[in-house]
Amino acid sequence: MLGLKKHDTQLLIIVICLALFAPFLLNPFPADSAMAQFNAGYPDLMQRFAIFGIFAIGFNLLFGLTGYLSFGHAAFLGIGSYSAVWMFKLLGYNIIPGMILSVIVSAFFALLIGYISLRRSGIYFSILTLAFAQMLFAIAYSDLIGRFVGTPITNGETGLQVYNSDPQFFHSAAKPDIPHLFGQKMQSTYTLDVGAWSFDFNFGYYFCALVLIGMFYLAIRIFRSPFGLMLRAVKSNQQRMNYTGLNTKPYTLAVFVISGMYAGLAGGLMASMDPLSGAERMQWTASGEVVLMTILGGAGTLIGPVLGAGFIKYFENIFAKINDNVLHSWFSFLPDGIENFMVTLVHPFVGKGWHLTLGLLFMMVVIFLPGGLVQGAEKIGATFRRKDGKSDDAEAKAAKQRNPAAE
Amino acid sequence: MAILEVKNVGKRFGGLQALGDVNLNVEENTVHAIIGPNGAGKSTLLNCLVGKLIPDTGSVMFDGQSVLGRKPFEINQMGISRVFQTPEIFGDLTVMENMLIPCFAKRDGAFRMHALETIANEQDIVAKAEEMLVDMNMIDKREMHAASMSRGDKRRLEIAMCLAQDPRLLLLDEPTAGMARADTNNTIDLLKRIKDERDITIAIIEHDMHVVFSLAERITVLAQGTPLVEDTPDKIKGHPKVREAYLGETQAA
Repeated sequence: MLGLKKHDTQLLIIVICLALFAPFLLNPFPADSAMAQFNAGYPDLMQRFAIFGIFAIGFNLLFGLTGYLSFGHAAFLGIGSYSAVWMFKLLGYNIIPGMILSVIVSAFFALLIGYISLRRSGIYFSILTLAFAQMLFAIAYSDLIGRFVGTPITNGETGLQVYNSDPQFFHSAAKPDIPHLFGQKMQSTYTLDVGAWSFDFNFGYYFCALVLIGMFYLAIRIFRSPFGLMLRAVKSNQQRMNYTGLNTKPYTLAVFVISGMYAGLAGGLMASMDPLSGAERMQWTASGEVVLMTILGGAGTLIGPVLGAGFIKYFENIFAKINDNVLHSWFSFLPDGIENFMVTLVHPFVGKGWHLTLGLLFMMVVIFLPGGLVQGAEKIGATFRRKDGKSDDAEAKAAKQRNPAAE
Repeated sequence: MAILEVKNVGKRFGGLQALGDVNLNVEENTVHAIIGPNGAGKSTLLNCLVGKLIPDTGSVMFDGQSVLGRKPFEINQMGISRVFQTPEIFGDLTVMENMLIPCFAKRDGAFRMHALETIANEQDIVAKAEEMLVDMNMIDKREMHAASMSRGDKRRLEIAMCLAQDPRLLLLDEPTAGMARADTNNTIDLLKRIKDERDITIAIIEHDMHVVFSLAERITVLAQGTPLVEDTPDKIKGHPKVREAYLGETQAA
């Protein structure tokens, strides 16, 4: 189907199902039950799942295929956001021009940064990308360009947003005053109540999900193309590449730009869901986050980055919400002393301490599942197959080959 | 006609004169061996031919064109393929994928943005890679992880990858180093077959005299960065200067 092999088609169908049924899948608990706080099916968070999924897929094209670890990818995300907001300010709230500009501008920056950074490889490449990203962050945060031209470009600490005084050339009273797609508001949500359950269907989320599916399909095509093969060859042995008459530079630069465009698109979508853009989006912690997502999910695998992005965003939003009151209600069946003790014990790992939990999980994944969550799923799959009596070593070997890092 | 002409090539690393004044002609469709003791400058010379090093003096002409100042990938595209001392293959890829890459490089040149094509649809490339694997008797290993093969198989794959580009000159840097006797003999047989079946010039650097004398039609002996003698294998065998270079300068006293 669509020029894909069976295995890839299955993956695409899985992603399509996950994306389309996310409002159900993420809201498994009745709305007023004690478990409701583990529900993640609200529009804001679902949009973020899809957006960071796109971001991580793009990052994985660079890191997973060529092994070049960019530590400044959030810069492109921020650039995409700023570009989109500028389109809202100048043209109006339709998101299409904003998204187009965010991809173009981030491609331009990726070309520039990639051209210079790709002169080096390994840790030096990472440091160069980090340096560029931090410079861009500093420029955005202090609105350096804006101070030169006399009008805010990134609007410094406040962040760039749309004001009533902005030109908004194509805006008219008939059109919504928030981001929309040809009149259809990104915010509009339809809530479906089924018994005790409630499911939110948000237009913005479905728009992001469609873009995610499209970008995932594109990533599969790139992975399986001769171009993708060349990129994996770059990761494997650059020396042999050079002595096989292949120029590695344009290959790495091309994928760096593609990857930057994915990030820019994610940034544009982010601004389309919430029409403001701040410099913190470009900070190095944000760049580190996408690295974590990709490695946690499984670098170099197709679906890994999507899973990793979902996993981290879920933790960030759900674990962070658990406070002491919630903990007390969980342990209330215990005698008072033990209850307090348990709360004290768990307290550092939830709420503001969710990073601690994430860190521990990340360590465990890297140590026990170097191939990420995808490798975990493969292991489980292999165990079931062995129980069926059909398993043979060849399959285990094939799984291992797909994840050379596992060895 | 000489396909490769090396004239007055010199290379110095700091205080060490690695290559003095090397003159060497490799005739088309011959097997030319370059031998010499450790530190004679064999590898430096080879690196000057493929663009890894740029000689300080002299010129290197391949088929009438200078290779100096060109990058390794450009020199490869001119028709020079190199086999390394330790097999350089794409260890993370399968054997078939390893074979596909030189086939693409041959057809599409140094770079092509074929991001939306599918490998399976490139029938001419796939057919050529398969044909090469059949020829090398490796078709049963096509889905194998290249890094997990034996040393001998890796060498065979590397040679196959070089041949897939139909090079005019094949450079081999100690192709049997660290190999078991059986693997060495297989490699010799393979190289003999390549020589017989193809229009190809082979230049080989080798320590193992058994390999050299089984294959070479011309031999150049290199010592301390300068060629001592160049002759046919029979004459090289008994040459006093060669013995001197290999056994040490005992007569000097």
